[in-house]
Amino acid sequence: MQSLSNRKKVVSNKKMTFLEKIYLPAIFGGMWITFKHLFRKNNTLRYPEHTREFAPVYRGQHVLKRDEEGRENCTACGLCAVACPAEAITMVAAERERGEEKLYREEKYAASYEINMLRCIFCGLCEEACPKEAVFLTDRIVPTNFERDSFVYGKDRLVEDINDRIDITKRQHTGKRTEK
Amino acid sequence: MEISELIEKLALIVALFGVTLGIAAYATYFERKVAAWFQDRIGPDRAGPFGILQPLADGGKLFFKEDFIPAAAEKWLFIMGPGIAMFTALMTGSVIPWSTDLVLFGQTVALQVADINIGILFIMGFLSIGVYGIMIGGWASNNKFSLYGAIRASSQMISYELAMGICVITIVMMSGSLSLRDIVNAQHGMNWNVFYQPLAFVIFFICSLAETNRAPFDLAECESELIGGYHTEYGSMKMGFYLFAEYVSLFTSSAVISVLFFGGFNFPGMDNFDGNTLAILGIVAMFTKTFFFIFVFFWIRWTIPRFRFDQLMHLGWKSLIPISIINMLITGLVIAFNEGWFK
Ligand code: SF4
Ligand code: SF4
Repeated sequence: MQSLSNRKKVVSNKKMTFLEKIYLPAIFGGMWITFKHLFRKNNTLRYPEHTREFAPVYRGQHVLKRDEEGRENCTACGLCAVACPAEAITMVAAERERGEEKLYREEKYAASYEINMLRCIFCGLCEEACPKEAVFLTDRIVPTNFERDSFVYGKDRLVEDINDRIDITKRQHTGKRTEK
Repeated sequence: MEISELIEKLALIVALFGVTLGIAAYATYFERKVAAWFQDRIGPDRAGPFGILQPLADGGKLFFKEDFIPAAAEKWLFIMGPGIAMFTALMTGSVIPWSTDLVLFGQTVALQVADINIGILFIMGFLSIGVYGIMIGGWASNNKFSLYGAIRASSQMISYELAMGICVITIVMMSGSLSLRDIVNAQHGMNWNVFYQPLAFVIFFICSLAETNRAPFDLAECESELIGGYHTEYGSMKMGFYLFAEYVSLFTSSAVISVLFFGGFNFPGMDNFDGNTLAILGIVAMFTKTFFFIFVFFWIRWTIPRFRFDQLMHLGWKSLIPISIINMLITGLVIAFNEGWFK
């Protein structure tokens, strides 16, 4: 019968030959291999001084986008929170009042939106779930901290600054979503 | 004993002590460097240029750790263990001849702390006492992992000492003396024992690996099975002593290998020199050989995986001991033949 994974290997328990039994040829062979490695180029990246370049689709700290007019995209639909496998996202929805049209794009918005960066596994499913192109992961690294509470990022740290936009165009053009 | 001789010996002892400890300290650094090179890494490079202050940083770190003695441990034996390990490791260096005589201020200085006429026996003796450091430490910790480590170490060292001793006997038969200086002098120039006794050399080398508890025979401190082996319960400088003793015995073992098989301070073309030049070149030759063997020890450690314990015992009792006995018998026959016994 064919095995399911088709990766089955028959263990061979054959008797060792004399050369194998005295170990020495194999040992010298191994030493020759390690000796060749002495002259290889090392792969070390001296970290704090040098950093590796991020891929354009690197999944780091989130951003809540605003549209061209500076209105928050998020409509507090909760799809990101549902999609999140780590249950890292919580939000409180509120209705847009008259006069707030400059602030929020839809009639409903997130009064509070929190991502717990310690729970988050940076899978990017929230980004994929979002129907309003509101939440994106960026190439920024969440900084370390001594306090656990400080890892719960509220809107103050998630929503992008209106004068200091965060570029996510690279992510928009690589995703499958735009092709559909 | 004259007072000048006493001073000379004292100076020699202090120098040897310093050199041994210095080399052991830097062996830890080079072990890590060599391991890194073998694995295409850089290795320690943060403490000082190229990381050469790393041993100091390591030592400092160990000093500032809490010196902890477990409640259930046998307190005095627990303290004695690392001391014995260190003491025996350092003692073996005292009989090794480092070079020919040096003439300083009209005095002949023998570059050997003690030229005792049973030098090699002395080394074998201290190697066997070295087991006690590990055994006492492992037993006094009152921890099953330590005890297992200690049992492994002692059974392994005792089994490999036999084959090692037989190889030494072969060498002693060839040079006709137990004194290390005589053994070295018998290998004048390029007349090294390794060319006559390659098999004995290989066996002796394997046994040295086992005696110093180094990979692939480091079952006594096998992390994957025994946490840390015999020094599981140790911390701070006591732990440092155990680790350090390993490197000291690594150094002395390499020195003994070069003395027994690679002619010690002899080097080809040594007849063209004499006096102090010869002595200094001898030191250089001796240390070159020793460092080479230290490197080979590292090389093997970072190449070969650990043996299983039954394989270790098989290798020791069923292969190395019979082969070394046969080797000794053949050597004896050849010597007897050369002496004309069969005429
Ligand atoms: S990246 Fe993944 S884990 Fe993090 S908030 Fe989004 S969905 Fe949740
Ligand atoms: S970020 Fe997107 S998915 Fe999440 S609540 Fe806002 S609009 Fe909905």
